[in-house]
Amino acid sequence: MQTRTSPIDLVAPAGSLAALKAAIEAGADTVYLGLKNATNARNFAGLNFTEADIRAGVELAHRHNRHVLFAINTFVQAGRMAEWQAAVDAAHDLGADAVIMADPGLLAYASDRYPDLRLHLSVQGSATHTDAIELMKEQFGIRRVVLPRVLTLTEIARICANVSVEVEVFGFGSLCVMAEGRCLLSSYATGDSPNNKGVCSPAHAVRWVEEDGRMDARLSGILIDRYEPGEPAAYPTLCKGRFEVDGQADHALEEPTSLNAIGLLPKLAEMGVSAIKIEGRQRSPAYVTQVVSTLRAALDSVHADASRFSPRPEWNAMLARHAEGSQVTQGAFERPWK
Amino acid sequence: MEMTQIPFQISVGPLLYYWPRQRTMDFYAAVAESPADIVYIGETVCSRRHELRADDWLELARDLRAVGKTVVLSGRTLIETGAEASALKKLCEQQDFMVEAGELGAVRHLSGRGFVAGPHVNAYHGGTLTWLANRGAVRFVAPLEMDGPTLEQLLRERPAGMQAEVMVWGRMALAFSARCFTARHFRLKKDDCGFRCIEHPDGLDMRTRESREFLGINGIQVQSAACLDLLAEAPELAGMGVDVLRVSPQSAGTLEAIAALDATRRGVKPDAVSPPAGIGRCNGYYYGHAGIGLQEAAA
Repeated sequence: MQTRTSPIDLVAPAGSLAALKAAIEAGADTVYLGLKNATNARNFAGLNFTEADIRAGVELAHRHNRHVLFAINTFVQAGRMAEWQAAVDAAHDLGADAVIMADPGLLAYASDRYPDLRLHLSVQGSATHTDAIELMKEQFGIRRVVLPRVLTLTEIARICANVSVEVEVFGFGSLCVMAEGRCLLSSYATGDSPNNKGVCSPAHAVRWVEEDGRMDARLSGILIDRYEPGEPAAYPTLCKGRFEVDGQADHALEEPTSLNAIGLLPKLAEMGVSAIKIEGRQRSPAYVTQVVSTLRAALDSVHADASRFSPRPEWNAMLARHAEGSQVTQGAFERPWK
Repeated sequence: MEMTQIPFQISVGPLLYYWPRQRTMDFYAAVAESPADIVYIGETVCSRRHELRADDWLELARDLRAVGKTVVLSGRTLIETGAEASALKKLCEQQDFMVEAGELGAVRHLSGRGFVAGPHVNAYHGGTLTWLANRGAVRFVAPLEMDGPTLEQLLRERPAGMQAEVMVWGRMALAFSARCFTARHFRLKKDDCGFRCIEHPDGLDMRTRESREFLGINGIQVQSAACLDLLAEAPELAGMGVDVLRVSPQSAGTLEAIAALDATRRGVKPDAVSPPAGIGRCNGYYYGHAGIGLQEAAA
């Protein structure tokens, strides 16, 4: 296993030029962004970058010696390869430091066309173990893999010890309880999924219906959750709704919680993890500022002396403010359901 | 009126549920007698399930081959632990049977020899099909969420000689997790789950709070509660150039679905096929809608 000497990269989401600036000011080493179309997994209205925004953002980031990654991480739909190729061409031409991709056919295009372009395998690429990751390295020369949020620390440690690419893991943000890149729940309910449209539980399918003080959250008419008067309501992300199993109504798949791995940073550093990613290109610049500066402080503390690291209460309090349902979990990392 | 014959092969997908050993053996004995051409077998969902062990599946594979079936061994869809990765490697190293890759690790092991790229490998366009064919894939199973016109386009983009397979019947596996949802429902730990999934031969129904049929829980899988039904679309699919139509095993109706497809390809009007009692039907993906939707085929 390689002993890590360089500091861990803090990778921040940028859904807009304002968020990108916020991330850089708050101390992100790297920002990731997407184009304004279905080629990335946060294809939301009002979000993402025009070409002019990207030029300004890349210029700003590079002036501060930070990196910009382009997420082109949905799956190319048959007959529409030109759109995804154009996105890769744009990323290359606009000065991307790396491109985050999931689709093997598109990775083939990028590695053939731009042999010098740095490629990262997106979490949507669903490479969950060494053989899958090494295949992507052998075939497309990926330099980094973003690991799915379904893996435990033990599994991440084994991957870090055995792969020949850098490893990036999620440190904070909304939690996918399903293996990313292979979840069709959203398209089953609405027709649109992360793979085919770059969306999950899309806003256009959401309806809030109030009746007798009770609030129903529906997705294409399907009741995802129902809130009694005074009960805090959450966005109806399909897997986080309450459903009936054997007549028992519950969060059958997952509670609305967010991932918070801040307490695990020294362990992740020791394993040789290269980068910590913050989820949330759909979130506001204020979220970016506060979450990035919190993780910046934590990472600086780990880099200064990992053995004396302990997460400060104010860090966790700040992150909890930005968590879904104000709940945080270490997710699969600690495998609480084992 | 003279009925024309429509050439396509019928496959039986891997059994996604945990059935008692005898029930599993009885099911495959019936499949052996059925007109299915290709049978995919193996435990693809949970490495804790043990009613049939790896060697038992191999023995079953030999039995099915002996009666003339083409047998393909299916690999797991989600690999997490080192033990799972090792088991997958071993499966891919055996040379007696072709393997269906459920994920990219299997593609690495199988490179250079013929294999089937399963429905969760995400072959959405010709570029990926070409890559898979170059690795050795002889057939791919189309993504479940693909609509008809996109499938037709995908078939136009496929490399020469590569076969296409489409799932046409059964509950669809929609998502995979590190967590076992069956164990979660029973408030059990995943590693001490009591194998409660053996009690649910079609998975556990997960309904909305208005009691509408929605999803199904099968261990680490989330499935469609409704049974995919593209049996009536079989001639159209075959006409597009789909080589193999897949039936995914359920507790009832599976053999009837195989028989219906066989009737269709012989040019005989098939009997109606019902999913297991209490389970609805869906085919929305094919028609460009939400997967849960149902549209009857044009007469």
